[in-house]
Amino acid sequence: MIYREAGQFKTTYRADQAVFPILQDRVALLLILLGAYVGIPMFASEYLVVAILIPFLILSMAAIGLNILVGYCGQISLGTGGFMAVGAYAAYNFALRVPELNLIVVFLLAGGATALVGILFGIPSLRIKGFYLAVATLAAQFFLDWLFSRVQWFTNYTPSGSVAAPPIRIFGYYFGSPAERYLLALLLVTIVALVAKNLVRGRIGRSWMAIRDMDIAAEIIGIRPMFAKLSAFAVSSFIIGISGALWAFLHLGAWEPLAFDINRSFNLLFMIIIGGLGSILGCFLGAAFITMVPIALNQIPAMLGVPISTATASHLELMIFGALIVFFLIAEPHGLARLWAVGKQKLRLWPFPH
Amino acid sequence: MGPFIEVVLGGLLAGVLYSLVALGFVLIFKASGVFNFAQGAMVLFAALSLVRLMGDDVGMGHYVGAAAATGLAAGFLVLMGWRRARPQTPMPAQARWTVLIALAALGSALAALHGAKGWSGWVAVPAAAAIMGFLAVAIERLVLRPLVNQEPIILFMSTIGIAFFIDGFAQTIWGSEIYTLDLGIPKDPMFLLESAFEGGILVNQLDIFAAVMAGVLVVVLAVFFQKTRIGRALRAVADDHQAAQSVGIPLNQIWIIVWTVAGFVALAAGIVWGSKLGVQFSIAQVALKALPVLILGGLTSVPGAIIGGLMIGTGEKLAEVYLSPFIGGGIENWFAYVLALFVLLFRPQGLFGERIIERI
Repeated sequence: MIYREAGQFKTTYRADQAVFPILQDRVALLLILLGAYVGIPMFASEYLVVAILIPFLILSMAAIGLNILVGYCGQISLGTGGFMAVGAYAAYNFALRVPELNLIVVFLLAGGATALVGILFGIPSLRIKGFYLAVATLAAQFFLDWLFSRVQWFTNYTPSGSVAAPPIRIFGYYFGSPAERYLLALLLVTIVALVAKNLVRGRIGRSWMAIRDMDIAAEIIGIRPMFAKLSAFAVSSFIIGISGALWAFLHLGAWEPLAFDINRSFNLLFMIIIGGLGSILGCFLGAAFITMVPIALNQIPAMLGVPISTATASHLELMIFGALIVFFLIAEPHGLARLWAVGKQKLRLWPFPH
Repeated sequence: MGPFIEVVLGGLLAGVLYSLVALGFVLIFKASGVFNFAQGAMVLFAALSLVRLMGDDVGMGHYVGAAAATGLAAGFLVLMGWRRARPQTPMPAQARWTVLIALAALGSALAALHGAKGWSGWVAVPAAAAIMGFLAVAIERLVLRPLVNQEPIILFMSTIGIAFFIDGFAQTIWGSEIYTLDLGIPKDPMFLLESAFEGGILVNQLDIFAAVMAGVLVVVLAVFFQKTRIGRALRAVADDHQAAQSVGIPLNQIWIIVWTVAGFVALAAGIVWGSKLGVQFSIAQVALKALPVLILGGLTSVPGAIIGGLMIGTGEKLAEVYLSPFIGGGIENWFAYVLALFVLLFRPQGLFGERIIERI
C-alpha cells in the first residue's frame, strides 16, 4: 500500500531512466535530505555531530569508493586504508606547499593523486584474480603505511610524525564549528553519491559489472578488461582519496599514519559487505551500522552499571563485533540493502493480504 | 662469505616459521575453498591456551575451569567420533552417563594434577589440542554449515569475523599480558661449521627445532593426505565438492577434520612462535606475514607453503641486510608482499598452485 506505484505512468524516456523512478522514493529522499541539511544542523547536539555523523558521512563516502571496486567490478581490495592515507597526505602537502589553492581544489587534487596510485596498484589485477589479488592489494596497504611513516618529506619533517590539518577556509569562509564541517562533508558526500549512482547505471558501470560477473565472457563481447578494471581502480581510488582527505581534515584534525592502518581497510570492507555489495544505499547502511556498533557496545556496560575493566571491555567488544558480523553474514549474505529491498516488496501490499 | 651464509641461513629458518602458519591456511583452502583469515587468531588462541594451562600465576578456580573446558572439549570430540563410528545405532542413555562421569573424572584428575604449579607440557599440549578440536567443531557448526554454498568472499569475510571473535575470546578468558612459554625446547644460540669459516655461523637452536618440526609436519601431512582413507576423502573434496558429496563423502565431517588439523598446525606454530617471542597478542599478526608466503607458493600447495616460506624468509633477511641501508629501515613489513606480487605477475596462481583454467 505504502509503496504502491500503480498510476505512476512513465510517458517519456527521461522519466523511464530516472534515478529514482518511484515517487515515494523521491519524496523520502527529499525528506531525508531536508532533515540532513536543515534539521540536523539546527537541532543535533555537538557530540552527535562530531562523534557520529561526521565519521559516518566520510566513511560512507569511502565505502562508496570501495563498493565501486569490490561490489561493482569484483576486484577485492584490502588496501583501502592505504589509499585513504594517500588522499590525506596528498591534501596535506598540497595545502601546505601551495597555500593559495582553494581547499576544494586541494581535495580534488588529492583524489587525483590517489587515483594515480590506485591505477599503479591496480595494474596487477590485469593478471591476478580472486584471493591472490586480495593479498596483493595488501602490498599497497603495507607499502603506503611504511612510506608515510618513514619518508619524512610527506610529513614535512615533523619530529613526531604527526601532522595537523590547516584551518578549513573556502572562498574566505571559515568552517570552524562542527555543524559547518558537517555541512561541508554532507555536501561532498551528496555529490559523490549522486555521481556514483549515475556512473554505475551508465555504460562504464555496466562494463564493470560485466567484468565482475565473468571477465572472460565480458572480454569476448567487446569490453576492454584493461580499461574497465583500471577505470574502476581509478574512480574508486579517487573517491577514497577524497574521503581520506576529509577524514583527516574534517574529522581527525591532526593525525599520524596509524590512523589509516589495515584495520581501517577491514572496517570499510565490513561496511560494504554488511551494507550490501553492489549497492550505493548499502554503503550508507553499512557505514551507519559499523560506526554505531562500537559506540553502542561502549555504552551498554555503563548503562547496565556493570563494572568492567577497560581491557576486558575492549576484548568483549571485539568478540561481539566478530559475532555480529558472522551473524549478519548468515542472516543475510547480500547485506542490509537486500533486506531493505525485501521490505519494500512487502510494503507494496501491506497491510492488505493481496 | 661467512656473514652472507649466516644471513641466508637465518632467513631460511625464519621462513620455516612463516611456513608453519601458512600450512594451516593451505589445508583449509584445499579442503573447503575457504580463505581462512582466522588462522593467525587460532595460533594465538592455541598458544594462549597452552601457556595458561601450564602457568602457575593464577588461582585454582581458573584451572578447574580449564580442566572442565578441556574435559568438555575432549568429551564432545568423543561423542562426535561415536556418532561417526555408529551412525545407525542411537547411543544408549547409560553410555552418555558413562561418558559424562568419565569426563568428570578426567576433569577432576586434571585439576588435581595441576595442583598449584600448572600442568606439565605432556598434559597441557594434548589439552590445548582438544580445545582446538572443540573450536573446529564449533566453527563448522555455527559458521560454515549455515554459510554453505555462499560466495567465497562471504566465507572470507566470515573468517575475519571469526578472527575478531577468537582474538577477543582468547584474551577475555586467558588474559592479555605477555607470557613466556617454556616447553624445554633449547633456545640458546650455537655456532655451526666453525671449521669451515672463521667464527662459524650463528644460529638459534629453537629455529632448528622449528625447522625439524615443520619437516615432520609436512611428512605427516603428506602421508595423511596420500595414504589414509580420510586423506583420500579430503583430496576428493578438494577436487570437487559436489562430486565428492555425490559419492557419499560427508562434507561436514571432512570440514571438521580439516579445521581440527589446521588447529593442530596452529598449535604447533603457536608453540614455536610462543617460545620465540613470548605468547602475546602480536602472535595473531603473524598471519599477515604468512599471507605473502601463501600466494607466493600457491594457495593449494603444501610444498608450496614451505618453499614459499623459505623464499620469503631469505628474501626478507637479504633485503633487510643489503637493501635497507639505502631506502630506510622497517621494510620487512611490505617487502614480502612486493616480492610475492612480482612473482604473481609472472605466475598468477603462485609457484606451485594449480593452474587456473577458465571456461565460459
